[in-house]
Amino acid sequence: MKKLINSPENVVKDALAGMAAAHPDLLRVSYDPDFIMRADGPIKGKVAVLSGGGSGHEPMHGGFVGKGMLDAACPGAVFTSPVPDQMLAATKAIDGGAGVLHIVKNYTGDVMNFEMAAEMAQAEGIDVAAVVTNDDVAVQDSLYTAGRRGVGVTVLLEKIVGAAAETGANLEEVKRIAEKVNALGRSMGMALTSCTVPHAGKPTFELGENEMEIGIGIHGEPGRRRVPLQDAASITEMLATPILEDLPFKSGDNVLAFVNGMGGTPLIELYVVYNELTKILKGRNITISRKLVGSYITSLEMAGCSITLVKMDDELTKLWDAPVLTPALRWGM
Amino acid sequence: MQITADMIIRYIEGVAARISQHRDELTQLDSAIGDADHGANLDRGFAAVVAKLPTVADKDIGTILKTAGMTLVSTVGGASGPLYGTAYMRAGMALADRYEISENELVVALDAALEGIIARGKAQRGEKTMVDAIAPGIDALKAALASGVPPHEATAQALAAVEQGMKDTIPMLATKGRASYLGERSIGHQDPGATSAFYMSQVLAETLAQGA
Repeated sequence: MKKLINSPENVVKDALAGMAAAHPDLLRVSYDPDFIMRADGPIKGKVAVLSGGGSGHEPMHGGFVGKGMLDAACPGAVFTSPVPDQMLAATKAIDGGAGVLHIVKNYTGDVMNFEMAAEMAQAEGIDVAAVVTNDDVAVQDSLYTAGRRGVGVTVLLEKIVGAAAETGANLEEVKRIAEKVNALGRSMGMALTSCTVPHAGKPTFELGENEMEIGIGIHGEPGRRRVPLQDAASITEMLATPILEDLPFKSGDNVLAFVNGMGGTPLIELYVVYNELTKILKGRNITISRKLVGSYITSLEMAGCSITLVKMDDELTKLWDAPVLTPALRWGM
Repeated sequence: MQITADMIIRYIEGVAARISQHRDELTQLDSAIGDADHGANLDRGFAAVVAKLPTVADKDIGTILKTAGMTLVSTVGGASGPLYGTAYMRAGMALADRYEISENELVVALDAALEGIIARGKAQRGEKTMVDAIAPGIDALKAALASGVPPHEATAQALAAVEQGMKDTIPMLATKGRASYLGERSIGHQDPGATSAFYMSQVLAETLAQGA
């Protein structure tokens, strides 16, 4: 394992200290329990938005803490969901009296820990609502699985919902918008190489030189199938087709298109994929009205990409365009 | 059989040592069908529990187990934190204020622990999880005690059932947790949660065999 770390045990704490040092204008870091919160929080009367999950997906979620997006993020150990103590402490720290929305990716550990935290926060009199993202079309049959995983839509939802909270919308309204984005978004990912979890010290899975894994999640867990390596046009087709064939997309739609790198893929390749995606969507008479290209929800140094599409309407477009000022995403201010 | 609070402390210390010893094996099993963190997470959690034990050294069994459960929830994360944490907390609640218990009270506590896991994880038997190791063990313990088998032999039979349950997860198709995303490809791998449950059961049987 070749990594720029001091020790596997201290990766998360060292990275948190680095974030605090790099962005003192935007965020504050709390240790034991670990969480990252807006420097100017809590904001009185505003619904607070909290997300969290295992570390190793940077910039998600800590990189999205700031004006117009998250009020706080709870980082767990690498690829391990945070514990309820972290979410409870963060929930209390950011509550401005209007309640807190928890954004949870549908992974068994995240769901259970957030559930316990919400129970504890509610017992302390804080109004908590939760949305569970489950946009991954690679998981085909939810009757025989833990349900679709929450992947790329989570990033887009955090931006849109953060903007909604900034407008002064109440908790019920913010939750409605969160559920709407989740319902209108779909994702699918692939890997060219495995990642190496620091405390495991070796690659999570082995892929041959001419193989790729289709339908991966974001934790280095293997995907649905392993196939021979193909060109970017074919790979984009393999990712976009299952997304487009899963409702709600149809001819004439406007979409937010997100081409995401898994951490080890350079931007030049993501643009190649984006170019292929524009052709596929044009062929189906779907317009890309907004886009995001880059590595925003990663899986350590895994090479590969994911594609996410969200069907957009005026309400979501306006919220997407609203100003945002965070370490990893910023525009309009 | 008399089970004392000191034995419960020894049991928890023993679990921490056994998990630490098998940490890489558990992580390896998890990397095949999950996300390669089960051994590391449990090791971190039980190390924290051991560090807390001196604060409950003279307390009742219920307090010891509840403290262990709350510490696991607070340190493990993932799915195994809430599941094992809930299990130990529920067992502790079933044994509140008791400094000594019988084998029948142990069964009550184990039942409470399993119910906690099932409720928190919304799991049932046959889904390739820790439930598939724990539930047959409790069944075997109850059956043996009901038919008059001496307690020490009953716990040995229960451990054999846990081990068999663990092995029975190998051909199963996972429908819960992260392994479920693999579909058919989860078949042929032993479930890491069932394996950690087996190690905990092994330490429990050894502790009971040693006695007070």
